Amino acid sequence: MFDLLTAKFEDLFYKIRNKGKLSPNDLDSALREIKLALLEADVNFKVVKEFIENVKAKATGEKILESLTPYQHVVKIVNEEIIRMLGSSSSGVSFASRGPTIIMTVGLHGSGKTSSVIKLANFLKTKFQKKVSVIAADVYRPAAVLQLEDMAKNIDVDVYSENNSDPVAISVRGVELFKKSGSDVIIIDTAGRLHIDENMMDEIANIRNKTTPHQIYLVLDAMTGQEAVNIASSFNLRVECDGIILTKLDSDTRGGAALSVYYVVKKPVKFVSNGEKIDDFDIFYPDRIASRILGKGDILTLIEKAEKVVSEKEAKGIEEKIYRNELNFEDFVAQIRSLKKMGSIDKIFSMMPIVNKSKIFKKVNLDDSHLSHIEAIINSMTVDERRKPHIINGSRKKRIAKGSGNSVSEVNKLLEQFSKTKQMLKQFSGLKGKFKLPPGNF
Amino acid sequence: MQKLIKNLSYIWNKFKNDRESFWDELEEQMVTSDISINTASRILEEVKNHVYRENINNLEKVKSSLKQQIIEILKCNGDSKLNISSRPPTVFLIIGVNGVGKTTSIAKLANMFKKNGKKVLLSAADTYRSAATEQLQYYAEILGMDMVCHQKFSDPGAVVYDSVEKAKARGTDLVIIDTAGRMHTSYNLMEELKKIKKVICRRIGREVDEILLVVDSTTGQNARNQAELFNNSLNLTGIILTKTDSTSKGGIVITIKNDLNIPIKLITNGEKLEDICYFDPVRFTELIFS
Ligand SMILES: Nc1nc2c(ncn2[C@@H]2O[C@H](COP(=O)(O)OP(=O)(O)O)[C@@H](O)[C@H]2O)c(=O)[nH]1
Ligand SMILES: Nc1nc2c(ncn2[C@@H]2O[C@H](COP(=O)(O)OP(=O)(O)O)[C@@H](O)[C@H]2O)c(=O)[nH]1
Ligand SMILES: [Mg+2]
Ligand SMILES: [Mg+2]
Repeated sequence: MFDLLTAKFEDLFYKIRNKGKLSPNDLDSALREIKLALLEADVNFKVVKEFIENVKAKATGEKILESLTPYQHVVKIVNEEIIRMLGSSSSGVSFASRGPTIIMTVGLHGSGKTSSVIKLANFLKTKFQKKVSVIAADVYRPAAVLQLEDMAKNIDVDVYSENNSDPVAISVRGVELFKKSGSDVIIIDTAGRLHIDENMMDEIANIRNKTTPHQIYLVLDAMTGQEAVNIASSFNLRVECDGIILTKLDSDTRGGAALSVYYVVKKPVKFVSNGEKIDDFDIFYPDRIASRILGKGDILTLIEKAEKVVSEKEAKGIEEKIYRNELNFEDFVAQIRSLKKMGSIDKIFSMMPIVNKSKIFKKVNLDDSHLSHIEAIINSMTVDERRKPHIINGSRKKRIAKGSGNSVSEVNKLLEQFSKTKQMLKQFSGLKGKFKLPPGNF
Repeated sequence: MQKLIKNLSYIWNKFKNDRESFWDELEEQMVTSDISINTASRILEEVKNHVYRENINNLEKVKSSLKQQIIEILKCNGDSKLNISSRPPTVFLIIGVNGVGKTTSIAKLANMFKKNGKKVLLSAADTYRSAATEQLQYYAEILGMDMVCHQKFSDPGAVVYDSVEKAKARGTDLVIIDTAGRMHTSYNLMEELKKIKKVICRRIGREVDEILLVVDSTTGQNARNQAELFNNSLNLTGIILTKTDSTSKGGIVITIKNDLNIPIKLITNGEKLEDICYFDPVRFTELIFS
């Protein structure tokens, strides 16, 4: 919790400090930072270059240099640009106008095709009341058919599979059967393949030719690096894809691959998968990805949110107290409450402009219950104790521990952390005047 | 695996005419291989220094300086070979995020040790993913080795416990434990792995012989986060880099080694049982330059 905030402070102060007007040089350096952020997010190098050129043209056109908060303004333009790009093609679900909708998924090994087939089937079944069936066309990976069957059973969807047969024949016969049995949607689960494997690429081209799917989705792991563009364009070249299913977004990847792929093959992300559970699946919202990719873009949202919750005046008061080293547990509880109002800690954390989240993660208990826990301890203190934490001695500690249902060592831990935070804040406030304490932090 | 630096000779004329843009292009090519921008600039700083110090103006020498820097990062002081205990059973724990190639790599490793005359037991501690046990079972059968498994959704710690006990009873040389894929950011699932590790340590009375993180070479910068968080929770002994038969360059392992000093121990390059070998920094570097 506390380390997390330290990092947050540092980043906010140094990166979004209010610089007044921006010189052309400042614009360049802001863009350089954004370029690095995009590279760190795995956006393809060539795409980054082009993208930055576009933004630069736009930013210059918009008289950004005269804006009051120029750095934020640049970030905003970038953010909007990414959203515009990712959202410019129509997304969402589409069905064949006549007969069953045939969907085929393709992609590299382990990208999440089989899970996505099942999640999509469930999605169309529950949200659109479609009768969905699936075809097991992966004959290579051991137990792949079993995997599909097992998952299909859970959502009560029919599977077509064959032993010792080839994927093209299986797909053709499966489609025939499900057409007859009146399925609304038929999804073909293909094997993972490298985009450079000619024979295997021929195979999906053949399946496509023989079954003429209405939609072909490339299933792409959101953690994919610089090669994402080549992978996507190879698949697109052979079987013209209609869209992307972006998986594993529950990781802490920034997901820049999505932007690269859009840039190069101009195919929209249709669905996202963000977990292993059946309903960890949704249609795609461009703004969510945009802020992830940019990382820093979310600072704006965070500040806007915080401003709504904590009034300027309140923030000022706290700033003063920090300066005079008078911060106490009452302020602390107020801050915890406003943090809680902002949403789950996980979400706030994911919005923070911290480059190295992983380092912090190891020390931070991201559980919201952790906050409630702290709050409970503080609630067991008397008013005097909250205002003057230094008076808390051994017997008081015992009482507080008992009252809040915690151990004394947990009370000690909180006191220690509190005093460290106070020290740290004091150091920051020594630099007072150079920058403003953003509201909503303690 | 494709070349790291596509065509140094193509940009070589820039070395003489426009040195800055030569370095920029080089950096660009390195970043394109998923080396982090930080690592790339660090490497290039060293190369530049070397070039200016020695007054180098020949392509081969620049190249070899670059290679040397990368080899320097990748090589490890200790032995990069796998740690085999003198008190069997040796235990390997294989972990990683979802779909990177854990189970397949385990089959390949098992095959490798079997060929060396070792008695291997596979432990199906991925009790979560559909048909995960059946996938490992398939390999156990074709390799003709023991496998310990429980029911779906049962406690993986219990599978591991049984596996080690069975290995002890049967005089097995090596136990390889397959685990469910998990995100490094999932607190609960990382705790589960710590518990598994504890079970093994108690059973064998020492540290786990190898805790190997499987990294997909197609992964970008996130692989570094994976390595860092898995390492924080479990103290990794090494990395298996998979799917190097793809066009990705796997440059992120250079960053992982540079930043976290976790050695790369094995690489895999295909779906067949034989598609695995020990990692050799010199050969790997030659490969990405060839
Ligand atoms: N954490 C997480 N795991 C996923 C997601 N999608 C798929 N997986 C897992 O990734 C692994 C590979 O998925 P699978 O569907 O078998 O991939 P396929 O080889 O492309 O068919 C499995 O362990 C899945 O449970 C996701 O969105 N998040
Ligand atoms: N091309 C290629 N595919 C691989 C390699 N290693 C694993 N795979 C494939 O990647 C997919 C996921 O592998 P699996 O071992 O099930 O991953 P796990 O979820 O981490 O256990 C399967 O389709 C494997 O055949 C490799 O080195 N090269
Ligand atoms: Mg599959
Ligand atoms: Mg597995």
